[in-house]
Amino acid sequence: MSAAGNSALRLKPSQLNTPVAVELVGVNKWYGDFHVLRDINLKVMGGERIVICGPSGSGKSTMIRCINRLEEHQQGKIFVDGVELTNDLKKIDEVRREVGMVFQHFNLFPHLTVLENCALAPIWVRKTPKQDAEDIAMHYLTRVKIPEQAGKYPGQLSGGQQQRVAIARALCMNPKIMLFDEPTSALDPEMVKEVLDTMVGLAEDGMTMLVVSHEMGFARQVANRIVFMDSGQIIEANVPEEFFNHPQHERTKLFLSQILR
Amino acid sequence: MTMSEGDLAVTEIKFVRGATIAARPPPAAMTGALGWLRANLLSSPFNIALTILIALLLAWLIPELVKFLLIDAVWTGADRDACREVVQHREIGACWPFVWERWSYFVYGSYPIPQRWRVDVFFAMLAIGVVWLLWLEAPRRDLGSVYFFIVLPITSFILLTGWSAIGLPPVDTALWGGILVTIVVASVGIVCSLPIGILLALGRRSRMPAVRLFSVVFIEFVRGVPLVTVLFMASVMLPLFVPEEYSPDKLVRALVGIALFASAYMAEVVRAGLQAIPKGQFEGAMAVGLGYWQMIRLIILPQALKITIPNIVNTYIGLFKDTTLVFIVGIFDFLRTVEVARIDPKWAAPVTSTTGYAVAAIFYWIFCYAMSRYARAMEARLAQGDKR
Repeated sequence: MSAAGNSALRLKPSQLNTPVAVELVGVNKWYGDFHVLRDINLKVMGGERIVICGPSGSGKSTMIRCINRLEEHQQGKIFVDGVELTNDLKKIDEVRREVGMVFQHFNLFPHLTVLENCALAPIWVRKTPKQDAEDIAMHYLTRVKIPEQAGKYPGQLSGGQQQRVAIARALCMNPKIMLFDEPTSALDPEMVKEVLDTMVGLAEDGMTMLVVSHEMGFARQVANRIVFMDSGQIIEANVPEEFFNHPQHERTKLFLSQILR
Repeated sequence: MTMSEGDLAVTEIKFVRGATIAARPPPAAMTGALGWLRANLLSSPFNIALTILIALLLAWLIPELVKFLLIDAVWTGADRDACREVVQHREIGACWPFVWERWSYFVYGSYPIPQRWRVDVFFAMLAIGVVWLLWLEAPRRDLGSVYFFIVLPITSFILLTGWSAIGLPPVDTALWGGILVTIVVASVGIVCSLPIGILLALGRRSRMPAVRLFSVVFIEFVRGVPLVTVLFMASVMLPLFVPEEYSPDKLVRALVGIALFASAYMAEVVRAGLQAIPKGQFEGAMAVGLGYWQMIRLIILPQALKITIPNIVNTYIGLFKDTTLVFIVGIFDFLRTVEVARIDPKWAAPVTSTTGYAVAAIFYWIFCYAMSRYARAMEARLAQGDKR
């Protein structure tokens, strides 16, 4: 993790001269009586990489799942690449085509081969001819360094390989924004690195990324900003150096003292 | 280190492995026929007792069956005298000449004799369709589906009911009978119940209250009454509400009744499968941008149907045997034709009924066992995604 090599990655949001990729304005969400997201305001610029951390139950996953409408918000506005998310199914489909998502438990389709998993969405959603879609799939499988597994079923792969397939599957739709929901939390310790390396590679290519993760090494290396959440609220957001070295809020200090031992 | 690997117990504080242990073949007792016997038939005292008990049961049953169906059976004869002990002065088993003579009645019912070739053509077309659809390596299976689900129903309908314009005299469905009716009722039930059942199951899980309410009411109502009641309602009560000239054919009413009845059961079977699919599969499909119907068709149903194959086939087998209930609304299915034939005075003998029922049992068993075996093969084939 050389600081010099990554200096280009450390652009602060104010220095990014790109259009806004995701914007959440006063977003509130309830599960029944339970207020899960409380007045969330967050603006993510194109090419920016945000790492979201916080204790479990703090609403991190819920927040990024609102961005591709896997969860509905009840108040406030969410704009993704200029499109506002409402109940309009067309808008939702439009947003989902532009936003890739990687899950904690991979959510690969177990009845399809790795290649079919990747080529499925281009074929059915983008209407790409089958041969072209498979070429795209092989391109991204090569990029995540597992082209030789294309013919296998997900159940035959290791956790780290499955997660890399999941990343390739999302990339096949050529998304503008990638969401990662605790991508390494379900992995054996030996496999975390291969997935993080893939994500670092994506970041170096300038992908807009929102990552829910407790991998603080990754956050330091890749993130433009770190967002800390607790009980449904954004408690603190800052660039990595400031966040780790000079946390402001007491809750942030407590959290960091717990995880950085 | 001077000690060999085996000498150094890990119970000592310090342990470093020298050479890794190479994999060895399993002991002989685990492999071969002897190993199989030990593992499956003689693994425990209880298992040994079961093995002996079942061996005794088979030793008692099989000779009896062979004796009745083959050794003591009568193979030729003109009427009941051939099958009567008092006439033949020997022990009499199955009365096969009765079956030979009445076989065409068992197959066609009262379908007019000069027109029975039409039924044969129907059977042949159906057989081609079934093989084309179920044989997974068959060429052009897409054409096979078109043939089975579109061409076959239309041509069969024209062929069997007749169309004067092309020289096929109409045959009233009241004359249909035997295996023809059993096959028609079972095929319509089997082919219609799965798609309708899938739609009902999806409807029951829908977020739209109206759709959900309709599905729940339909499923619970149809499942809550016996099939006999559904058939009675279809054949007796429908004419009370619909003028006679508009009321559909008796067989059609029974077909609709059976198809809807089977659909309600199928809906619950499919719903169990949908319930078993992890939420992550839905989310994964939505996240890559698939629409609702694409998600259901490409991701959810292939997995849900795979885990419900045993239950789907179970429902199909139940449905196949339930077709015998159409006799209560006056339709002559296969079992009913056997019933009618066995009381024919020409063949009145003590063994006639037993023979007739044996034929019926063999017929139903062959069809149900075939369905069961095919389902097993499908399960094995679809299990490839679970391979480790």
